[in-house]
Amino acid sequence: MLKKLFNSSIGRKIAMALSGIFLIVFLTQHFLINITSVFSDSLFNWLSHFMGTNPLVQFVLQPILIAGVLFHFVMGFVLDYQNRKARPVSYAVFSGSKNSLMVSRYMILSGAVILSFLGLHFYDFWIPEMEYKYIEFKPDDPNRYHHELVEKFQDPTKVVFYCISFVFLALHLVHGLASSTQSLGTSNRYSSLIKKISYSFGIFIPLGFCFIAIYHFLSH
Amino acid sequence: MKIWRQKNSKEKGKIVNYEIDEISEDMSFLEMMDVLNEKIVLDGGDPVAFDHDCREGICGSCSMFINGEPHGPDRGVTTCQLHMRKFKDGDTIYIEPFRSRAFPIIKDLVVDRTAFDRIQQAGGYISINTSGNTLDANTIPVEKENADKAFDAATCIGCGACVATCKNSSAMLFVSAKVSQFALLPQGKVEATDRVLNMVKQMDLEGFGNCTNTGACHVECPKGISLDYIAKLNTEYAKASLKK
Ligand code: HEM
Ligand code: SF4
Ligand code: FES
Repeated sequence: MLKKLFNSSIGRKIAMALSGIFLIVFLTQHFLINITSVFSDSLFNWLSHFMGTNPLVQFVLQPILIAGVLFHFVMGFVLDYQNRKARPVSYAVFSGSKNSLMVSRYMILSGAVILSFLGLHFYDFWIPEMEYKYIEFKPDDPNRYHHELVEKFQDPTKVVFYCISFVFLALHLVHGLASSTQSLGTSNRYSSLIKKISYSFGIFIPLGFCFIAIYHFLSH
Repeated sequence: MKIWRQKNSKEKGKIVNYEIDEISEDMSFLEMMDVLNEKIVLDGGDPVAFDHDCREGICGSCSMFINGEPHGPDRGVTTCQLHMRKFKDGDTIYIEPFRSRAFPIIKDLVVDRTAFDRIQQAGGYISINTSGNTLDANTIPVEKENADKAFDAATCIGCGACVATCKNSSAMLFVSAKVSQFALLPQGKVEATDRVLNMVKQMDLEGFGNCTNTGACHVECPKGISLDYIAKLNTEYAKASLKK
């Protein structure tokens, strides 16, 4: 039953939408924690320490998240490959801009930029974290997170690369959020509202992340 | 004009240039093509093959991809309803066949769209008694809203513009219209589960791409079929898969 569902084009789209929405929920949570670093060192430290040491977060939610990210981008590449194969000879003239938005046509491109960002982001934060906790077994220090974060944003090229990635994240999300609701079958009757929510969310969250990076760069 | 010429499904095609003048702005695009073909024949050439039948926007056969859009730059019309006044004197017009792996080229601008027929056949029949003791249609009450929506879905003429314009060659708009026109009516509910499963299965077998919700299909559809039907198809399909 479920196997049949996810072997079909519509099933794969539903899975894509569900994984996308899951990532959006995660992104919101990530943002809400990060934004505290701007106004309260202690709250940010407390939250980071909780997320970094709580076994439920570490050993249940984190693996689910990694699986979700992997699933989403692998499926993204699979769908894109199939879509390219569906038109072996391309048009001499194709006026895509006359009937659709650029953001909707280049999801794979914005996705690929986000993926490369995720590579850097893992290298910056996640790998050192894993090393600290599970390889080097350094002593637990609940107050280290905030200054570690601030230090990482002292390199201007990194801040610029982060911000560029957030622009692409915005491009991905403004179409992605609305698209996922359509894939899950919401009626177009609500579409203007959904589009508004999709645009507001898709621009606000990445902008917020940009702000955090620039804030720590400048405030030091 | 720059027109795609291809002898048959096997040979490689190419764009060939043609010049044409003294075209009235009141001519339809197909009438302009007729004038061009007469000229080509008089010059001893092979006329450009293109599909057409009703020439009034109901048969859906006049598939042409004109300047990067199916049925040309106008909205809500087929190629046969497109007028030459939509173009300017001296314009270069590109004319290509609808391109999709599922729509192989037969000759020049004529493509094989029987994939659509096979999808509809996969949908199967409707168990309505038509053998002598036919019921009057009005004996089964239908909600006005659903009747209207089913009717709108049924205006799809199967032209394939949605596939042609989709960056993924997805047939979702067509299939969603064909599924919804029955799924919205009580008469269509009996076989609804199998119908949607079989039609989507056939759609996937034909080699169409996946939907990315760009919405290009709706913009280019000569009948303005709504994206709502794609959302409906997604839910119908999910429900049916969970049932079976
Ligand atoms: C935090 C990261 C990400 C979030 C929140 C996110 C979110 C989304 C959402 C909500 C959708 C819409 C699903 C639908 O149309 O039904 C989507 C689609 C897509 N995503 Fe992502 N995404 C992320 C990362 C990525 C990455 C790393 C890739 C890598 C290639 C990617 C590739 C795609 C593609 C290709 C689509 C379009 C699929 C299609 O409709 O054909 N995404 N994404
Ligand atoms: S949905 Fe519109 S564009 Fe697609 S086949 Fe039907 S009438 Fe043509
Ligand atoms: S020739 Fe019938 S729709 Fe154009």
